[in-house]
Amino acid sequence: MTERTSVYRIFWRLPLILWQGAFFVVPVAFLAVMTFWLVKNYRMEPDFILTNWEKTLGRGVFWDAYWLTLWRAALAAVIATAIAFPAAYTLAFRMSERTRRFALFCLIVPFFTSFLVRAYAWQVILAEGGPVNAVLGSIGLGPYVMLNSGFGAMVGYLTLVLPLVVIFQTWGLSAIDRNLIEAAWNLGATPLRTLVRVILPAARTGIFVGAIFAFILTFGDFVSPFYLGGSKPPTLSILIIDTTKSGQQWPRAAVVSMMMILTLFLTSAAALRIAYRGRG
Amino acid sequence: MTQNRLHLSRRTLLQGAASAALATPMINRAWASDPVQINMLAWYGHAEPDIVAEFEAANNVKFVPKYYAGGDNMLALISQSPPGTYDLILSDAEFVQQLNAAGYIEQMDASLYPFDDFYPEFQKFPGHWTDDTLWSVMVRYGLLGVSYNTDALTREEAMSYNAYWNPKVTGKVGHFDWHLPSLGQMSLLNGNKSPSPFDIDEAAWEAVKEKTLSLKPQIGGYFDYGGTFSNLKNGEMLAMVGIGDWITGVLRKDGAKVDSVIPEEGGIQWTESYSIGKGTSKTEIVNKFINYMLSPAGQVKSIQMAAYPGLSPTKSGWKAIQDANPDEAKRSGLIEGADNDPIKLFKEGRVFYRDTPKQQTLEDWNDFWSEYKSA
Repeated sequence: MTERTSVYRIFWRLPLILWQGAFFVVPVAFLAVMTFWLVKNYRMEPDFILTNWEKTLGRGVFWDAYWLTLWRAALAAVIATAIAFPAAYTLAFRMSERTRRFALFCLIVPFFTSFLVRAYAWQVILAEGGPVNAVLGSIGLGPYVMLNSGFGAMVGYLTLVLPLVVIFQTWGLSAIDRNLIEAAWNLGATPLRTLVRVILPAARTGIFVGAIFAFILTFGDFVSPFYLGGSKPPTLSILIIDTTKSGQQWPRAAVVSMMMILTLFLTSAAALRIAYRGRG
Repeated sequence: MTQNRLHLSRRTLLQGAASAALATPMINRAWASDPVQINMLAWYGHAEPDIVAEFEAANNVKFVPKYYAGGDNMLALISQSPPGTYDLILSDAEFVQQLNAAGYIEQMDASLYPFDDFYPEFQKFPGHWTDDTLWSVMVRYGLLGVSYNTDALTREEAMSYNAYWNPKVTGKVGHFDWHLPSLGQMSLLNGNKSPSPFDIDEAAWEAVKEKTLSLKPQIGGYFDYGGTFSNLKNGEMLAMVGIGDWITGVLRKDGAKVDSVIPEEGGIQWTESYSIGKGTSKTEIVNKFINYMLSPAGQVKSIQMAAYPGLSPTKSGWKAIQDANPDEAKRSGLIEGADNDPIKLFKEGRVFYRDTPKQQTLEDWNDFWSEYKSA
């Protein structure tokens, strides 16, 4: 019986194991090996040198880009989480099932178009002569520099992640047992106290998972900092492009990628641990 | 009977017409053999219909392009492909010797090309030859200088690279995100002309770095091809380092208020040249195409290429564009003695050939470029 159960379990787990092996473990292992390779006449040659790690991690440019990317990703995750919550709360508690389904569909619609196209649309909107500055100008404000700045990049990040964060939070909030909220009210808790002591802890998993996704997607995003932030200053994704563009230094770009993977792995693991703490 | 015959005839006619219509593609295929495929590695635009459609139709060939952006990108693509992958390679002149050193291109027979028709400045162009052996043939070139928004700067103000430091464009100066043209311009501003802005010693290199870093407060962003277009067009950037008429010429056709000038300190020449890919079996048709592009008709197409304009290295090309499109000839200076006549600029010693760094490595320049971007 135990043997049959074991075979049964392995059978159902096999697709995931094969998928992760073929499309995650093998490529990452290859990337790790590549970090020790040599580039000669624009061609990579298998080798075992530490130069790529030394040259990449020994440069201030890398660490500037690293901390900037980390900061922007964390900020985007926090802002997206904060902005998404009222919307998710309204969707979960104030709307009918039918309206909620329609609203969630509307949140998915932006993903029907390429993110690059949406970024180009933002270029027009945020330009100094664009509609936002035109509206602000009509009330005597501006013009403000929004494109090719950190603000522009942040607009791009939020365009990318906000709908996803709202969806995750809505799922998290919708799963809360309404009896708990009613019990809090019956026991005399104020709306704010109910929110802080009952709703937020109960929806913690959805909120954290949404924030993690926001962090992961913005940490690796190239389009927002390049097309809306003007590459100024460069993030890690832009540094990868720069590194490969000149001299075809793919091994050094692989070092940057490995550092990104490591960072995402550690932060995601920590965030998931917090999200699921006490849930068994 | 007559009716019957008529009815039959109509049906037969319709059936015949339908059969003919259905069979036509087969007949066409039977008549003409499949077109010969020419694999081209090039900057964007060189295998688009405005350039190659006529030649394809006349010679039953089909160009299959692989486009790249930048010489490094080109070298990477070719180094990762087996020999014979590309029949025709369009390269920036400064990368031809690297293609040659790596064995990616075939030696060319100089007698097959109309060098007599070339302006003397281009007949034995540096980088295309090793002694008397030819490796590449120039098909077009262009000049990089100060590109600016005509509402923000006057032509006189733009006549020096110091225009980038003009308070009128603070925060609105963009870089085409490639270190060679931008740092080459900074080198020219520092007076590094002999032998070349790219052949500078360590002291001059340090000075170029310092000068470049001083421009940082003026910079609004670093852009690729598309970003350069859109930011100049929408006025987000009022001056752009490292480009020239190849961008502003296209934008001006769209009505954008931008222009490019060759400043007093000098301009930088970009050059696009055809080489024959090592191991190709299509040398004959490739040579025919190169000659077609060097013919007056080919040069008229090249000068007016939809993706980005270029200048002609041949005398007959100048004559042809003057006849075919006098306005374009005037705009691009392809008229002997005109103010913007590129040959006149060469003779005045105001144009310098874009090159790879001679006394530093490409990596040195690129590393500094990354540092500058994050400064």
